[in-house]
Amino acid sequence: MPAQLAQISQPVTPPQYSLAGLSPLIILAVGAFLLIMFRSVIKRLPATAERFATIAVGPTTVVAAWIVGGLVGDEMPLANVRADIGTLWFAVLFALVLVVAALFVGTMRVGFDAIFTSGTGLVALAAIAELWNDHHRATWPAEFGERPVGLLGNPVRAIGDQFSFDGFSLVIAGVILSAVVLCALLLDEYLRRERIDGPEMYVLMMLSAAGGVVMAGAGDLIVLFLGLETLSISVYIMAALHVRRSESLEAGLKYFVLGAFSSAFLLYGMALVYGATGSLNLHEIRLYLASVVILKDAMLLAGLAMMLVGLGFKVAAVPFHTWTPDVYQGAPTPVVAFMASAVKAAGFAALVRVFVVTFLPYWPDWTPAVAVLAMLTLLVGAVLAIVQRDVKRMLAYSSISHAGFILVGVEAASARGTAAVVFYVAAYAFMVIGTFGVLTVVSGPGDRKTNLDDLDGLAARRPALALALTIFLLAQAGVPLTTGFVAKFEIIGAAVEVRSFWLAVVAMVSAVVSAFLYLRIVLSVYLGSPADDSESSDDAPVERVHPAAGLAIGIALAVTIGFGLIPGPIDELATEAIPQLFAAGQR
Amino acid sequence: MELTNDWYLVLSVAMFVIGAVGLLVRRNPLVMFMCVELMLNAVNVSFVALGTELNDVSGQIAVFFVLVVAAVEVVVGLALVVAINRRRADATADDISVLRG
Repeated sequence: MPAQLAQISQPVTPPQYSLAGLSPLIILAVGAFLLIMFRSVIKRLPATAERFATIAVGPTTVVAAWIVGGLVGDEMPLANVRADIGTLWFAVLFALVLVVAALFVGTMRVGFDAIFTSGTGLVALAAIAELWNDHHRATWPAEFGERPVGLLGNPVRAIGDQFSFDGFSLVIAGVILSAVVLCALLLDEYLRRERIDGPEMYVLMMLSAAGGVVMAGAGDLIVLFLGLETLSISVYIMAALHVRRSESLEAGLKYFVLGAFSSAFLLYGMALVYGATGSLNLHEIRLYLASVVILKDAMLLAGLAMMLVGLGFKVAAVPFHTWTPDVYQGAPTPVVAFMASAVKAAGFAALVRVFVVTFLPYWPDWTPAVAVLAMLTLLVGAVLAIVQRDVKRMLAYSSISHAGFILVGVEAASARGTAAVVFYVAAYAFMVIGTFGVLTVVSGPGDRKTNLDDLDGLAARRPALALALTIFLLAQAGVPLTTGFVAKFEIIGAAVEVRSFWLAVVAMVSAVVSAFLYLRIVLSVYLGSPADDSESSDDAPVERVHPAAGLAIGIALAVTIGFGLIPGPIDELATEAIPQLFAAGQR
Repeated sequence: MELTNDWYLVLSVAMFVIGAVGLLVRRNPLVMFMCVELMLNAVNVSFVALGTELNDVSGQIAVFFVLVVAAVEVVVGLALVVAINRRRADATADDISVLRG
């Protein structure tokens, strides 16, 4: 054994476990399990029982979130629960939630599965919020005055350093779980409309989100790989779950074959990195790379390149993007919303964790490659989007060009760049869920009406829906007063800070080109007249906005505009999430 | 000729390349799955070889996880093929082209 390897193989210490750190995963797993169980029970009961069960989910969620918060958050378990019981405001809040839930379900006929999944997502979000507040931030005693910026607690070790939550993984997990909450609401009416109702989609979505959370917190290449596969395999099935539509099956198969191909590349890269550094643990790899000069680094560089290819496939970077348009067009629209938000967030979390954090000592070697990928992705995504006729394909290419933007932040390999990545991923998740949410409603039975012409005259039929779509598209284009603008601004600021001027220029050109695409859709919504004149406007099918879908679109809209006007909170979140990653210095 | 550890790495590269080229060239979904398996097993060979060379057990452990994931992937892939063949017999990857691209 070489001498330097003996140095880094330290005596084995028993891993530290923390139930609080595992709580988001436990909640998702228990939620998925209970949903299957409840389905098989409720199926045998009369319809009113399902109504009552649905109404009960709302308050149960509140209680569960409150208890989970008490278990996860405090030094003394359940301290806040004991303190809160009996306080008047809590009783009022509880009654309010009960009434709202009852009204919502009673008048709007939201399905049990969707509400239950959203509730599970909310409870997991409560656990994440408590981990953020009580573990990530609260290590600075109050009597010492104001907490210095950048001083944060140690990561919550869920399973030693194999899987732990630092600020970065908490924010990414929050984005993924928010996507679960919103996509469950979108799926509700969609599944009933397409007559593929059932708990499968929701269970798979929760499993997939669990995989994404594991990816965000992985401290080991194998754990990262397992998280990635849990995430991807669930999404392959979700893409193909509309079994009566051959496009959906085809999308699933294509996604599966190319996804497996890219996983193999990623894994081979991991094997080569393991061979070059002698460890699979990200922390040990980084220590090794920082302290040892590898003279024959061909194996390490080959490993880096193959991991970049594998992760490039996952986040749809050009030239590894070929699956994206087909899969986005073929897969069920709410699933596309999930893929574009949660899967992309998890993919970029892995990219940041592996390249920006672990391989930081080798940044002169990998940043040029990422820069080339980012440039190609920005330009190809923006230009090819323009020549499409199908709106879902257009948005697929636009999501490719957004991935290019995020890659610009990765290329910066700095704290500011990573904060920009976090901000962009969070902002884009809500924008894209909103956009595909509107498309879910507009596309009609069988997802057939996704052509640009089908959007003609939407503003006359559904003014509110058209306005929402317009705002989402303008946000994606990066118009000020939306989160999209702030996100793009942060990314370009980070690129300029590390003197990647060309990349910043390309990013801005790409933003201008994409703006044309978004305006084209908006024009067709407002100025286009429905092509079929024989059908009078009374007979023409008017898109029905189901309340659950409307709620999801509304939340996405509120986030997009609210944090666009006041970007401070998310910006602070993104900045506070980073310092632990760069504790050992940066580029 | 002495059989050194490097030869196992050469073997694994050869397997990986065969798998990758096969996946891109062949059109039958089942053969494509086999090529994915070949690629994953190439990774396993290199993990074991490198783990032996480094005298470190985590390479061998990684193989178990890769095997499990490979099995799960095949299950999902075969389910997809069955679902497609129910709609249309004798589907090859060229026939599955409602979506252009």
